Amino acid sequence: MIGAGFIYAIAGAAFALFAALSVTDRTNPKRWGNAAFYALLTVSFWAGDRIGDVGNGILVLGLVAIGGLGLMGRGARMTTTVAERQADAAARGNRLFMPALVIPATALVGTLVFWQIPAIVDPKQVTLVALTCGVLLALIVCYAWLKPQAATPFAEGTRLMDSVGWAAVLPQMLASLGAVFALAGVGEAVGQLAGLALPSGSLIGGVLVYGIGMAAFTMVMGNAFAAFPVMFAGIAMPLLIKQFHGDPAVIAAIGMLAGFCGTLMTPMAANFNLVPAALLDLKDQSAVIKAQIPTAIPLLVVNILLLYFLAFR
Amino acid sequence: MLVLLGIAVIALGFLLRFNPLLVVAASALVTGLCAGIDPIAILAAFGKAFNQSRYVSVIYIVLPVIGLLERHGLQERARDLIAAFKGATVGRLLIGYMIFRQLSAALGLNSIAGPAQTVRPLVAPMAAAAAEKQGEPTGTDRIPAMAAATDNIGLFFGEDIFIAIGSILLMKGVLEGYGIDIQPIHLSLWAIPTAIAAALIHGTRLWLLDRRLRRVP
Repeated sequence: MIGAGFIYAIAGAAFALFAALSVTDRTNPKRWGNAAFYALLTVSFWAGDRIGDVGNGILVLGLVAIGGLGLMGRGARMTTTVAERQADAAARGNRLFMPALVIPATALVGTLVFWQIPAIVDPKQVTLVALTCGVLLALIVCYAWLKPQAATPFAEGTRLMDSVGWAAVLPQMLASLGAVFALAGVGEAVGQLAGLALPSGSLIGGVLVYGIGMAAFTMVMGNAFAAFPVMFAGIAMPLLIKQFHGDPAVIAAIGMLAGFCGTLMTPMAANFNLVPAALLDLKDQSAVIKAQIPTAIPLLVVNILLLYFLAFR
Repeated sequence: MLVLLGIAVIALGFLLRFNPLLVVAASALVTGLCAGIDPIAILAAFGKAFNQSRYVSVIYIVLPVIGLLERHGLQERARDLIAAFKGATVGRLLIGYMIFRQLSAALGLNSIAGPAQTVRPLVAPMAAAAAEKQGEPTGTDRIPAMAAATDNIGLFFGEDIFIAIGSILLMKGVLEGYGIDIQPIHLSLWAIPTAIAAALIHGTRLWLLDRRLRRVP
């Protein structure tokens, strides 16, 4: 069955090539740091299931040491100049979009097709399998049409990967921190605190603590999934549902979306907020968060109002 | 209550601008030790979760394709295309993109767009080109950051309308734990009011961005 194994084999190969091209990149003063970082990610993708939990933990310590102690740099390999790019863009016209659009188009068609054949493609992984197929197809189109040297796409890929740098693993690091938080009972402790802040017998107070609590706890954990079970157990269930007979579907669905407003406002949600800033070469690391806050806060207010008016009809 | 020290470590670490990888590792260690967990067990739990969340990092496989196309002028072409459209403004472009992102996410098609797939190669340069026509200086963070923000907002407040997304399944599971049986379709229908509110609020901000730019000659 095509599933995680296929995806991780391709991802590991991509990082192996990033590592190899970092070794040969003499324009990067810290090329060995970059190469080691990408090589460790290759090991993670290719052998993560075989090296055991402690082995993976040691691998993470290696990534933290390289990324955290500033051992990574950015290459300045020869790419094309702005003038060359403009000339190339004018000559090739809108056909340049074609390979870039092959990726989402294949992801779209692949997702719809793979849903139909659960025996061949793991139903849990359809979108990622389709996306991976899209990337492979786009790469073939690029080689056939643009005729680059064999290593050129990966040298360009390494240039972009270097601009993301250690931030690349931050989303995985935060997900793992969430697992340790769960193991240590952080959720229960926060739930108890929220319970203390709860004005007993007040519906408006309960809705406010639940909505704001979802957003705030999500900002701490970086993920509404971690906040939801805690806030639901601490406030929604005993107060909003049992005492005030609110509609559980509304309380759950809109509570989760109040949490998403928190996701927009926190550096802990690194894959949404910090990685894009790195990918776009922004000068201010928190520029994306700053652009999101003026939408997130009014939307949180709307969610709290929706909770109050829709759940208790 | 002692385990909450880990959260304090995170908050302080980000505030003092230490490297986030070190901050996260330190927070995991402090949290685990406060809960009386053996250091090796903390390392194992962390490693296990890291291995299980590898799927988040698969997206970087698009970078070779995007990098190669950029070498051949993809961003420049995206800019030229928008510059040629008379009526194209940054606000209209991003409103259109947000609606596309919300609708596609509502159909469960989360990974057809994103910061690496669409924002960096296409949407951000297009938005920047449109804004520059409206008088925005070149090279600022503001417009690309708004493009990335619009991508996130479209995704977050579209995906919960799809019944098989992770958050819906999580809610169903939690509710079942309390003996409440709810069909995913009910949860996803109640995501629609917020989706509309998100489109209106963010759409208004984008519309105001256009108006502000127009006033500056």
